[in-house]
Amino acid sequence: MAEGLIAGLVVFTLASFVGFEVINKVPPTLHTPLMSGSNAISGIAVLGAILISGKGNVTVTSILGTIAIALATINVVAGFLVTDRMLQMFKKKEVKA
Amino acid sequence: MSDFLPSSIQLGYLVAASLFIVGLKQLGSPATARQGNVLAAIGMFIAIAGTLLEKQVVSYELITVGIIIGSILGTIMAKTVAMTDMPQMVGLLNGFGGAASALVAVGEFWRYLSIPQSPTPDATITILLGVLIGGITFTGSLVAFAKLQELLPGAPISFPLQQPFNALLAIALLVGSGYMLFHPEDVPVFLALVAISNILGIMFVLPIGGGDMPVVVSLLNSYSGIAASVAGFILMNNMLIIAGALVGASGIILTQIMCKAMNRSISSVLFGAFGGGGGGVTAAGVAGGAIDKTVHSINIEESAMMLGYARSVVIIPGYGMAVAQAQHAVRELADGLEKMGVDVKYAIHPVAGRMPGHMNVLLAEANVPYPQLYDMDDINPQFDETDVALVIGANDVVNPAARHDKASPIYGMPILDVDKAKHTIVIKRGMSAGFSGVDNELFYKDKTMMLFGSAKDVVAKLVAEVKQL
Repeated sequence: MAEGLIAGLVVFTLASFVGFEVINKVPPTLHTPLMSGSNAISGIAVLGAILISGKGNVTVTSILGTIAIALATINVVAGFLVTDRMLQMFKKKEVKA
Repeated sequence: MSDFLPSSIQLGYLVAASLFIVGLKQLGSPATARQGNVLAAIGMFIAIAGTLLEKQVVSYELITVGIIIGSILGTIMAKTVAMTDMPQMVGLLNGFGGAASALVAVGEFWRYLSIPQSPTPDATITILLGVLIGGITFTGSLVAFAKLQELLPGAPISFPLQQPFNALLAIALLVGSGYMLFHPEDVPVFLALVAISNILGIMFVLPIGGGDMPVVVSLLNSYSGIAASVAGFILMNNMLIIAGALVGASGIILTQIMCKAMNRSISSVLFGAFGGGGGGVTAAGVAGGAIDKTVHSINIEESAMMLGYARSVVIIPGYGMAVAQAQHAVRELADGLEKMGVDVKYAIHPVAGRMPGHMNVLLAEANVPYPQLYDMDDINPQFDETDVALVIGANDVVNPAARHDKASPIYGMPILDVDKAKHTIVIKRGMSAGFSGVDNELFYKDKTMMLFGSAKDVVAKLVAEVKQL
């Protein structure tokens, strides 16, 4: 298990660096869409919720997992849709400009 | 456990993670942002589809129910939210993400209760971390939401013995967590730790003022990512770890940008007493502004004339403009001025609005072309050559006291140098100190003219007047 933990830490650290590199220097115009878009990605917790709630029998765990699925799905769906709604407004401008 | 998973699912995760990274990269440029968002959404779809194929997922009833409920509510929220309410929305969504991660941790704990073996110390640590970070994100976001939605007062909320109480909570958390390492299946202690985590989240955001909300929302965004990452550690799932880390990093970057824009260190935002609505009422601030208290006011016709016959006009929109929903009228005014040959630009302070980049979104909604929007660093050198600076519903971000008055609570905050323009017109309801409580010496300068009235009315009248010129 400890080995798994360390492997996880490696992945986490490398991914963080990638995140810093990729997101640095985003123009202020896009700060809000970036935040709502990355917010949608944090709904990835839905994966964890699926894994714990799909084990077959109905238990405390699967009920908690189902609530978690609903919450995380709201996060994912609303996050991506509202980001698109915002970016659409920017898009229109591009054509005009 | 991951060794046994079919490699196709793992490959699917790899594709999804790559799509997230490319998507985030593209979100950073106006030309590709929309495509980036779509790529990230596709990545999410692949990740979810892959997870549904996992061997350990055998029953789909509950999953379907959860996904359907979440999709319906999420769609409704995304379609109906007003752009002025984006900060609340993102705040609330952060909270949901945090709650989901915390629930995964709690659910995993309950799974251990139902099987013979107890969790290893590693598992206990990751579960407790998940509960802690997820819980703080959840309740902290709810408080931030309540403050932004004005269900709670925006001013910092404090009560006697707040610090000792927080310290007590922290100690209880450490002691409880230590105890859990040796008694990993103690339900009452576990539930107490869940409660403490949630209370900590509330205590963390309550004392932070409305003006510091852009920092808090960014920070909670980062936390929601880290919480998802921890859920990945609990379940040994790389997809969760990677996606969570990406979000955590982006949240931290935005937090840093916001702190820099307000000249505050992150610790002073989180632990400082100062923070009421971006200003903070102190005697020093008022005394610092007590110079010559003569105000020059101006009427609509004169203002329209000054604007219409200027060569260059810079509009400085503040949150007051957004609250008055005046952004559409402002755009009409800019169009009218441009027809007369005036060069119109918008100066956007990094903390205009309630979350990073909020003002840009509001102006985009009103069809303002984004090449006309200028950041603080780009526009400040241009004020010397600007004929008229038109301030609409902005206050602290144009207060020159931030540059020179060491006694002022906003001293050191980078501001828009509107006082360097040849003339400044400030649209404001009245002379009350208003939102921040800090007096603004800009209003008393000889070059400054005050145009009193509500932003929407005044701008609408200006539009009509400019048409007649």
